Order: sequence, then C-alpha cells, then structure tokens
Amino acid sequence: MFSVFIQPRHPVLKKRDDFEDVLEERRRSSDLRYALRCYTPTLYKGLVPCKASMLKSIVLQSDHLQYVIKQVSSESGDSAECVAEEASLILDEMAHRLQLSTIRFFAFTLSKAFKRLFRSVCVNEEGIQRLQQAVQEHPVVLLPSHRSYMDFLMMSYLLYMCDLPLPVIAAGMDFMSMKFVGEMLRMSGAFFIRRSFGGDKLYWAVFSEYVKTMLRNGYAPVEFFLEGTRSRTCKSLTPKMGLLNIVMEPFFKGELFDVNLVPVSISYERILEESLYARELLGVPKPKESTSGLLKARRVLSEDYGSMHVYFGHPVSLRSLAEGKINRSQYNLLPRYIPQKPRVDTHEFLNDAAFRLVRIQEENMVLKPWVLIATLLLQNPDGLELSFLTEQTDWLRHLALAFGAFLDWPNHEACSEVVSCSLALHRHLLSVSAGHVQLNVTDAPQDETTPEEAVFHRAVVVLSCASYRNQILHVFLRPALLAVAMQSANSNRKDDVYNCFNFLRNMFSNEFILCPGDSVQDFEEACYLLMKRGVLQVLEHEIVMSASGHSTLAFLCSVLDPFLQGYQVVCRCLCEETNENLTEKEFIPAVRSFALKLILAGRLKCCEALSSDLQKNALAALLRLKAVRKVKVGDQVTLKVNKIAVNSLEDTLGGKIPTLKPILARL
Amino acid sequence: MPLSHYTPCSHSKKYIAEQDRAGARFNKELTYSVRWGTVEFSRSLSLRQEIMKWNGWGYSDSRFLFNKKGQAEFTGKRYRLSGLILPSLKDWFEGTFGANLQHRSPATPSLNLSAVAPPNLNQPFVEDLKAAGLAVSHDPEDRVFRAHGHCLHEVFALREGRIGRVPDMVVWPSCHSDVEKIVELACKHNVCLIPYGGGTSVSSALECPREETRSIVSLDTSQMSRILWIDEKNLTAHVEAGIIGQDLERQLNERGYCTGHEPDSMEFSSLGGWVATRASGMKKNIYGNIEDLVVHIKMVTPRGVIEKSCLGPRMSTGPDIHHFILGSEGTLGVVTEVTLKIRPIPEYQKYGSVVFPNFQQGVACLREVARQRCAPASIRLMDNEQFQFGEFCFSLILLNFFLLKNFCFKGFDPQHLCVATLLFEGDRGKVLQHEKQVYDIAAKFGGLAAGEDNGQRGYMLTFVIAYLRDLGMDYYVIGESFETSVPWDRVLDLCRNVKERIVRECKERGVQCPPLSTSRVTQTYDAGACVYFYFAFNYRGLSDPVHVYEQVEHAAREEILANGGSLSHHHGVGKLRKEWMKESVSGVGLGMLKSVKEYVDPQNIFGNRNLL
Repeated sequence: MFSVFIQPRHPVLKKRDDFEDVLEERRRSSDLRYALRCYTPTLYKGLVPCKASMLKSIVLQSDHLQYVIKQVSSESGDSAECVAEEASLILDEMAHRLQLSTIRFFAFTLSKAFKRLFRSVCVNEEGIQRLQQAVQEHPVVLLPSHRSYMDFLMMSYLLYMCDLPLPVIAAGMDFMSMKFVGEMLRMSGAFFIRRSFGGDKLYWAVFSEYVKTMLRNGYAPVEFFLEGTRSRTCKSLTPKMGLLNIVMEPFFKGELFDVNLVPVSISYERILEESLYARELLGVPKPKESTSGLLKARRVLSEDYGSMHVYFGHPVSLRSLAEGKINRSQYNLLPRYIPQKPRVDTHEFLNDAAFRLVRIQEENMVLKPWVLIATLLLQNPDGLELSFLTEQTDWLRHLALAFGAFLDWPNHEACSEVVSCSLALHRHLLSVSAGHVQLNVTDAPQDETTPEEAVFHRAVVVLSCASYRNQILHVFLRPALLAVAMQSANSNRKDDVYNCFNFLRNMFSNEFILCPGDSVQDFEEACYLLMKRGVLQVLEHEIVMSASGHSTLAFLCSVLDPFLQGYQVVCRCLCEETNENLTEKEFIPAVRSFALKLILAGRLKCCEALSSDLQKNALAALLRLKAVRKVKVGDQVTLKVNKIAVNSLEDTLGGKIPTLKPILARL
Repeated sequence: MPLSHYTPCSHSKKYIAEQDRAGARFNKELTYSVRWGTVEFSRSLSLRQEIMKWNGWGYSDSRFLFNKKGQAEFTGKRYRLSGLILPSLKDWFEGTFGANLQHRSPATPSLNLSAVAPPNLNQPFVEDLKAAGLAVSHDPEDRVFRAHGHCLHEVFALREGRIGRVPDMVVWPSCHSDVEKIVELACKHNVCLIPYGGGTSVSSALECPREETRSIVSLDTSQMSRILWIDEKNLTAHVEAGIIGQDLERQLNERGYCTGHEPDSMEFSSLGGWVATRASGMKKNIYGNIEDLVVHIKMVTPRGVIEKSCLGPRMSTGPDIHHFILGSEGTLGVVTEVTLKIRPIPEYQKYGSVVFPNFQQGVACLREVARQRCAPASIRLMDNEQFQFGEFCFSLILLNFFLLKNFCFKGFDPQHLCVATLLFEGDRGKVLQHEKQVYDIAAKFGGLAAGEDNGQRGYMLTFVIAYLRDLGMDYYVIGESFETSVPWDRVLDLCRNVKERIVRECKERGVQCPPLSTSRVTQTYDAGACVYFYFAFNYRGLSDPVHVYEQVEHAAREEILANGGSLSHHHGVGKLRKEWMKESVSGVGLGMLKSVKEYVDPQNIFGNRNLL
C-alpha cells in the first residue's frame, strides 16, 4: 500500500479510485444526531496518550527547547527564566486546544453549510480506507492542496465523518485577528504560526518542537499546506520546505520508524473566493480576515458552487522515499536535541520530495468540463459559436484524457448538454447571446468608468476564468513547452529542440511545478505524449511534425501564450525602467502600470500580464537566472537590472533569437 | 500506566526480606557443577569433537526435541533443564512462528565424507611439521569440524550436508614454542594459517576464504590449555590461550579464585578467542571486559613474538600494543599465553528479578542504575516478547498465577510488561545493601521485585537458548541473534526501529508469518548500553531461506548503524560485517589497521581475511 514514487511517467496509465458523495447521507438523516454520534477514531498503534495541556509541558521541558532557551539566554543576556517564560507565551499563542465539542458544533453547522453550498462532496472511499490503515501504522502527515478557506474545514469534517483521528492544522497567524472564529478554529485543532519569524531562534524551536512532539507521540495527524498559502491562481504553488523539514526530522533522527505522507487533492467546481482572488491579483488589497467580513460572506451561501472533490492519495512512506538518499547516520555524532541546519543533500531531498508530493496533488485533482471550456474561451477572446464551442470542447476532452487528465465528465450525457450545464453554473463570467458565447469582457462601459477601470473590470473576468484554465495546465504543460520549443527552435534537430525546451522549462520553473533535475524525463514525456497522439514523429535525431498535428500544436502553443507574453512584458518593463533604484516593493506597481499602459495603447491584448502572481514569478525567475540582482540599501531592497541579459531573455522568449548558450543535452 | 494506587516501597521491602532468606540458602558449588559439565576438553585431540555436535550447537547429548506426545523436552544430564518436560513450548512455538510439528525439516544425520574435497596439502610443510614432532591431521571430519563457526548460514549448510572450502589440514601445537615453529614453517612454505580456539564465532571469521589458493591450515589451540602459574600476591594468573572458559573457571575455582569473565559462550569458547575478538562477559560490571582483564599478552606473528616487558598494571608507552592484538580476529598471529587478573571467589552471590510495566520504564531504570554507577554484577532487561517466551515455555518469570493476577491488578499489562534479571556478587553485607539500592531505584520506575528464582532461571536460559535454534531448524524455523552498543538516549528508538525493520523486511521478502523480533539490553555502561536482538522466522515456502535471512540481517545492521548503534559490541567483524568497517572507523582508521597488518604479516600467512 505504500506507493514508493514509482511514478508513472506515462500518467495515462494511472488508475484512479471511484468517488462517493458524502452529502447524500447528510441530506437523508439528521445533522444533529450526526454531530452527536459516537466518535471512535482509529488510533495509531504506538500512541502515547496525552492531553493537550500535557503536550505543552512536554514541549517546554524538552531537551531541545531547554537547550535553545539556554543558548538564547546567554546570547541576549536575559535570564533563562525570562526566556522560558517567553517560550511559554509563544506556545500559548501557538497551541491548539482541540475539543470534541467544537468539532461536533462544526459537524452540525458545516453539514448545513455544505449542503447549501455544494451539490455534492465527493470523496474516494478507497483513499479513506488506505488512510485508516496508514493512521494505525505510523504517524501521518496530511498534505492537502490549498485553494480555499474551505480546505481545512472540509478535511476535519471528512475525517470526523470517517472515524479518523482529527488532525492538528498549521494555520497562519492572520486568522487569529478574527476574534471568535480564531478561537473556534483553535478548538477544532488549528495551531497558529506567525507568517514570518526569520531569525527568531526561540520561536523556531518552540514551533518545531511542538509539531515534532505531536508527531512523535502520535498525538494526531499533522496537517499543513505544502504550498504555504492559498493559491490565488489555482495553479499549484512552489512548495515551502520549512514544515516538511520539521515533520521529516524525527524520522531522520531515528525517533520514528516511518512517517506516512498523504497528499490530498481538493478541487472545486466553482471556487468561493473566485473574484476575490482576481481582484487581489490585480492589486485591490485583500480584505483583512475579520469576523464581520466572514458574516458578510454569508451571501455566498445563497449561491450554487457545484460539486467538490476530495481525493486522498496513496500514503507515501517517508522511509521508502529517503531510501538511498539520506544517510541517517549523519546524526550519530551530535546529541539529537541540538538543532542542526539541514545539509546540502538533505535539502535537495526535501526539495525533491516536496515537488513530487505537489505533483501527486496535481495529478489527483479532479477537473470539471468547465475547465476545458474556460481554456477555449480564453484563447478566443472574441467568443465562439456555441456549436463550435461544443465541438472544440469534445476535441479537447479527448486530448486531455489522452494526456492523463483526471476529468469528471458526466456519463451518458451529450456533450452539448454538459457544455450548457457548465455555462449555466458560471454564467456570471459569460455572455451568451444568439448562440454566441463570449467571456463577459466587453460590457458596454458605463459613463462614469475610466478606461483604466474598464481594463480592470475586464481583467477580473479574465483572471477568474484563467483560474479554471490553470487547473488543467499541469496536464498540457510538458507537451506545450515542447510545442513552443519546436516553434522557436527553427530546426527539427532533437538537441536544438531540447535546448529550447530546457530554456523554457528553466524560465518557467517558478511559474509551474517542474521537479528540479527532471528536465530529460519531462522532455521524453512530452515527446511520448505527442507521438502517441500522432502529432509528432520522433526520430533518432529529429522531431518532425505530422501533417495532422498542426491544430494540436497551435492549441498547445496558445496555452502558454499568456505566460510568454506576460514574461516579455516584465522584461520590457525592467529594460525601459529609468529608475536606477527601483525597490522590490515598487516592482509590482511599476510592472502593473507599464502593462496597463500597453493595454490602453492597444499594443497588448493579454490581460494576464496584469496578474501580480505572474509578475512575482517572472521576477523570481530573473533573479534565479541572475539577470536581476537584489541589493540591500539601508532598509530598502533595490533591484539591479542587467539590461543586456534581460533584453536577450525577452527576445528569446519572443522567439526572435535562438536559445542562448546551448546546454549540452543528455539525450 | 496508572500506578498511583500502589506503594512500591512497601512491596520491594517485603520481597527483599524474602530474597534475603533465599540468598542464605544459596549453594554456590551446586550451581557451578550443574551449569557446566565436568568434562575436561583438553585430554585428547578429538574428545571435544566426539562429544559435541558436528552440525549444531553444544553437546551431542543435549538437545531440545518434541516427544511423541508433542511435548518439548531437553535431553541429557548436563544442565538444570536437562530431562525436563516443557509442556507449553509447543504452543508458543506453533503460535509464534505459525509452525507445525507435522512439518519437519530434519538435518542430514551424518557427515557425508565424500562431500569433502580432498586436501590441498603442501607436502614439504607437512613433512617439516612432522619432523618437528607436531600433531597433524587431514582427516575430513577434523577438517570440517574446524571450518565453521555458528552463523546461521554455516550451520544451515552443514545440516543440509553442504560442505564448502574447508581447511586442508589441522595442526595441534601444545605450547608457545610449538606455535613459533608452526608460524616459522608457514612463512617458509607460504601456507595460510587460521587459528582455531573454541569455534563459537558468529561473524564468519572461521570460514575459509574462497579466493585462497594456498594450503589452508587450521591451527587448533586446544592442547595449550594449562594454567602456567598463579600469583596470589598480585592476583594474576598466567594461562595458555587455548584453555576453554569453563575449564579455566573451574580450575581457578579449585584454587579459590575466578576471572569473573563469563561470556554466554564460556562453555565452549577459548581465552585466545576472547582476546582476538574483544569479548565481553556477563559480569563485566565487576570484573571488566577482556581488555580490562588482561595484564599481558604473548602473540606469535610472522615477524616474531610481540609482548610487553613487564607486568605493570598500566603503562604510558605510546599507544597500547595490546589494542592491536585485542580484536585482531586472527589476522596478525596466534595468541599463545595471557596473564589475567584473578579475584577471590565472591563470598556471596544472589540473583534477583524486577518486573516493569513496560520496556521504556525498564530502560529508564537501567539508565538510572548506570548513572548512579551501582549496576550489579549483571543486569539485563528483556522486552515483552522475550518475557512472553520465558513465561510460556518455562513459566520462568511469574510462576504462580496469584502473582500474575496481582501484577495485573497493579496496572501491569501482560502485553507490555518486561523483566530485568539481576546478579549480585560480593560480601554478604554489601550485596544486601547494594540490592536494596537497586530495588529502590527500580521502584521509582514502577518496577516490582519478582523473586530470586526467576532471576536465576533467566540466566540459566542464556546457556540453553542456543540449543533452541537447532530445535527450530528441525521445523522450518531459522534465526539468530546479533548485538550492538548504543548511547543511552537512543536505546529505545534503536530497539523499536530495528525490530520493526526486521518485521517489514521479512514481509517484503515473502516470509509468510510475522517473525519473532525481540530485543534485550544486556550490559550497561556510563555512556550507553549493549543491546541484543533475537530474530527468527518460519521459512516454509521460501526457496532460499538463508539468503532471505541474510538480507534481513543486513537490513537490520544498516538500521542499527543509521540509528547510532555500533557495528559490534563484542561479536566482532569477521567477514560478515567487513563491508561496514570503513564507515565505522573512517578511511584513515582502516588504513592504520591495514598498515599494521602489512608490517606484521606481509605474506598474509594469517589469511582468514577477517576485519580488513
């Protein structure tokens, strides 16, 4: 039952479990009785029984924390008691106070809420059974994807429902500003971490010891989001390593025999925060989490959010994952309570594992037909005839399936039926008139709106729609990179195409989940998929397009087009920037207004260049490629731009010049 | 464990009082004569070979078997258990291993001499030996007997009648100068010498290297078994290195002394073997391990004799040359004579046992005992599986039901409790005082004294447990023990992880029934402990059980090393654990050892290829 990452490089062959709607039962029987039912979770065989209050003293008395307290005390000159007191306060601020009564309260209210919000909540039964097994054998770490606030409520709700132990959940401190709700979440198992505590040794020690103690004692499954925060774009985010390192360390140090890592993919047919996210990406500040804000959100309860899918992936044994990669005896020569920075090889392992886990999340993410429709509508800003859209959707459906997409397509329903259902659910993003379907982007501008406001209005719709297209990007990503590479390589030679592919892959590795070091495999996977579709012929030294492949390649190229354009805009902006001391903070506003100007001037059609997510990712890529450097001046961090390098990257992205510095391929 | 409702102090006091009376009745001589046979091994060249099994552990007349009624019994007259019927061993055996008495896997009854390859003799060497008046043999039985230790794969092959490379001849020196002569001739004729003492190696140290093309000569030290002198002023004895442990101890006892060195193999292992492997004895807390016991060592090497010039108790003369010899595993030469510390036989000896609610508490108690440096002569902690084994088979620990009920009432769960066995030695007053101190510590960790008899039986089991493996092998069950040493803070993690690794590896390799995977802490030190693992499984349905066994043991050793355990505490490296030597002692360390070998034995006369 332990999947050991014998990852099918040909995802088409992947077998997936069936789903069951868990709301069905809720619609039939009493929620109250359900909330008060006897809850007897499956327990870990090595469980050390311990109350939440005892947990605190175990953490505070731990050798690790005591060591750090002494260290901090001798460095700062404060008395050890004083530092210990501080540690205790940190822990109070952080710790959860899981209570069954609160869970029961949530079980009742969430049943009501979910039934109103969703048509169905589908869960893979087999995944639950695997989890039940895994929970008994080793401490479990739950790694759900993060698209909505709903995610962790839903997780706890489902685990309660399936008689699984309730998880403790790492949550951002910002929740605590919601007075009542924060405490409610705390009592349902959330523990709160400050968003940044960079060099604070004491904080790190309290935090890591707290998590490790819960894991070691098998207190509860530990749940956290690899992506660190909600993805506003519905694309998976580059994983964060901090917490992953913490939960892996007890295994590295031999304190646990193994840890089961369980990736969970949660997908929504319609995301509750959809337009909120789009506004946020466009720079309309995110409303601070507040209880009143949440109450206002009550109106969301009256809308239809379609169905939701939760897929519990195969538990991944950390031991199998680390086999041959981590030499655990490196910890033999230092008492284990002394904190050690992960070594280079450990860090590489963490990074690799994190990417692979996010890839599993991606692969198990259920895609709705709307995702296909959104992709097509974005590629056709002037709209399509409904009949043509239906035809195209059907074509795309088969392509997606051939590439291994986990598509939830209703059985025995005509394609036209499916399309019109999807359009109905997402009608607020569309305009349909006389059989012509178009994104809702060309509303007649009202008198008061400025041209800028009109652009933003359009961009909100485009970015909302893009958040659906983004869900399927991981399916098309590799073939699309190959398609673009072939287009810009100006050559059929395999190594030329590979160089181009590798350049693009490298450029976009902050944008998409591309496991570091997997370049060759990714290339081969892309070749394989396109060859199987009859789009390409891959010969020994050449890659040749088939006669029938044109439309597929064109489609794939336009999938990546917004990103290519967006990155070019960022490059252009940096090249044309006259301010020598552009600070990091000024970067996003600068790019935004630059892009806005281009759009208003009619020189740029692509609204996605306005997305701050894309802009940040582009900057990260430029920093990584050393085309831009960060320089600290006083309190400010300024960006030093190597204009020649940025300019040539822009040209390469635009296909104007061939890939620089051909990288010797291992082909 | 909720233990708040009992008062450990009053209990332990009561038990101590009872044990005190029992201790007074203790008859030392009886125990010694019962535990060890009265055969002196050195009388003839082959007597030892005649009374011992050729394909299993120990004496031919002593073995476990299931009688017609399906009851287990232990044959012979040598041990306390001899002649006893063990009615519940069958249930434990079948239950634990999923074995069935109908399914037998008997051994080949006798050695098939035709399976033994003809000897590759170096004639000039043989003639020179004969001319020098040395006893030699190339009889196949003599050669096969000295071709193996007691690793599972060695014994398994013998039981199946498979004979690999064996020594081409055996030579029996009877004194130091005989050895000098043999080594000189071996150098002259370029033959390979493999020293042989008691033959109890569990590291493949006695296996003849397959790649050896020269004539291999087994140098059997069994005839060098005299105590040459005893110095009562300095409490030392000068002994020939071929003497077997029980003979040494008995002969010293007759003079009122002992060495106190009691490894579990002491019935059969030799003094020279102890030195060559860095042996450890059960009572090391009082007497020390072999490196603490030796005052002087004489070893014959191809370069000549190595020894110190005086019997001073400690020297600062550069690195201690004894430490090149201790643990050299027969790669540098033959240890011929050893001066050992001796002690007067202790006035009083007392066993004891303590039951703990769980293994964690037990380990915590042993750690505290070590911290206070008040460990008795021996203190060992068995885990729950071993407790259950003892309980089932021999009703060892908790003889009467009433007692068990009492424990259960106290919050002891038979699925978790574990037991420590103790042995105190010294003058009576101090022993009793010492005992109280230890029981008081135990009480702090929820330990309840469980009587003297249980402790004594626990130690007795040590000597017969090796016979049990042969019984298992008659019914498709194979197993072995291995050991390590580890810092205190890692003991629990190491035990848990290694046990679990064994279970998991067995499952992955197609072992049908979960294996027996147990551990015990057998020695305490200031900075850590020695841990033993016992591991056995039912191999029905496996095409190559020994290979599976070796893979699992290999994985278990990797797990030990990954958890901060050492490569070996006292079994040594031999050829079995050679692959990890570099990792264990660093490349430079290994290079140092190699350069010593290079200097001492450039021709690789001592070519058993152990260690390096």
